[in-house]
Amino acid sequence: MITVTNVDKTFGDNHVLKNVSAVFEAGKTNMIIGASGSGKTVLMKSIIGLHRIDKGRIEYDGRNLPDMKMSDIRRLRREVGMLFQGSALFDSLNVLENVIYPLEMFSRSTKEEMKERAITCLRRVNLPENSYYLAPSEISGGMQKRVAIARAIALQPKYLFCDEPNSGLDPKTSLIIDQLISEITQEFNITTIINSHDMNSVMEIGEHIIFINKGEKAWEGNKNDIFHVDNEELNNFVFASNLYKMVKKANQ
Amino acid sequence: MNIFQDTGKYMLLMKRVLIFPDRWRMFFRQLPKELEKLGLQSLPIVVIISLFIGAIMTIQTKLNTENPMLPTYSTGLVTRDTLLLEFSSTILCLILAGKIGSNIASEIGTMRITEQIDALEIMGVNSANYLILPKIVAFVFMMPFLVIFSMGIGLVGGYLVGMFSDIITTADYLLGIQYAFIPYYVFYSLVKSLVFAFLIASVAAYYGYYAYGGALDVGKASTNAVVNSSILILFFNLLITNVMLN
Repeated sequence: MITVTNVDKTFGDNHVLKNVSAVFEAGKTNMIIGASGSGKTVLMKSIIGLHRIDKGRIEYDGRNLPDMKMSDIRRLRREVGMLFQGSALFDSLNVLENVIYPLEMFSRSTKEEMKERAITCLRRVNLPENSYYLAPSEISGGMQKRVAIARAIALQPKYLFCDEPNSGLDPKTSLIIDQLISEITQEFNITTIINSHDMNSVMEIGEHIIFINKGEKAWEGNKNDIFHVDNEELNNFVFASNLYKMVKKANQ
Repeated sequence: MNIFQDTGKYMLLMKRVLIFPDRWRMFFRQLPKELEKLGLQSLPIVVIISLFIGAIMTIQTKLNTENPMLPTYSTGLVTRDTLLLEFSSTILCLILAGKIGSNIASEIGTMRITEQIDALEIMGVNSANYLILPKIVAFVFMMPFLVIFSMGIGLVGGYLVGMFSDIITTADYLLGIQYAFIPYYVFYSLVKSLVFAFLIASVAAYYGYYAYGGALDVGKASTNAVVNSSILILFFNLLITNVMLN
């Protein structure tokens, strides 16, 4: 579980996060949503520790991140997996080597054990075996995301962060990636935080949703509540697409 | 003000780079790749440039010092000392700053803008140490070999002028390159090249590591790396020459 309490973050005169508090539970897909420039990426990067916060607490199962030394943060990060917007696979390594990489860095397993674990992870994300020895540039965007998920779960993380996991993917592949993240979260009881502005994802896997507007937490709930909220900013965000306008009309 | 900020940031980066690797196994897996990429793949350009410069220097020296008072071996001697003292260390390093500097800056810069460095950091890897240390070690290790190779090939270039033209006889040239040889010049040249190799690799890595934005910015980082490492090479050349030859 990750607990965020009264977090403030400024960049110069720009007050980006204002007193944000939230609890992200294990085994649930927690989503941070909001329009571009609302502060959701800064919130996620602050939770991971890529941005140092000005005020507040960020606790990983009771361990307060801002109080930690760099060596402790490095140790904590070995419990963290991250899926980047652009996958961030290492160009110089093939698919299998990308997944083996974190194991080589941090596990004491033998080469065979590492390879076996990497193949298990790649099978879990349904990656075809004929792509294991291809370079990341030789596989599709959807496959790259799967490899990135496999790499993220290779060390059996307790916390999984996903930054815009569906960016650049077609709707069908997006759905598959969403379902994969949701299944993995439940299967391994991971605390998953997804940063997204894709309403389809929200409706698919949003078990716990936080809506960020102008740096403040403007709403918190789940996918079943989101259509029935009296919050103008959230409604503007949710019903921006014609599809959800139609859903709203149908509900009325 | 920028120069102080950059120097401070560079020092802090080097503090993260110049420590023992988290995993020696990973370091030794990277090292041969860097030795091959930064060292062996630089050999063709070193050979071509050294051969031609050695030949041209011999022709220029001979044609511009037409004086019966000068001994006939002076052309070989001047060619040798120019190669030993400046060309094979300083000028070669300026050329390699272009090739290696842009290679390192663009490779690390691309990793930065495609979030590969963030991915390493999130995994808990000291990305600066993992990415930069093998490059610095490999280039500093290979540089003396490249310099000695350049000296030899440059001298061969001059010899070929004697063989294939009437400008100088091979006997005069061979006498010149052996006359009053000071081994300390080779040592001086090697010391300089080690410092320059460190500067090229570390400055280029610094600009790549702190690149941000898109492809255009990686290009800018690459240009900055080449320009600034070249300036530093010239500055340190002056400093080392003053200390070692004065």
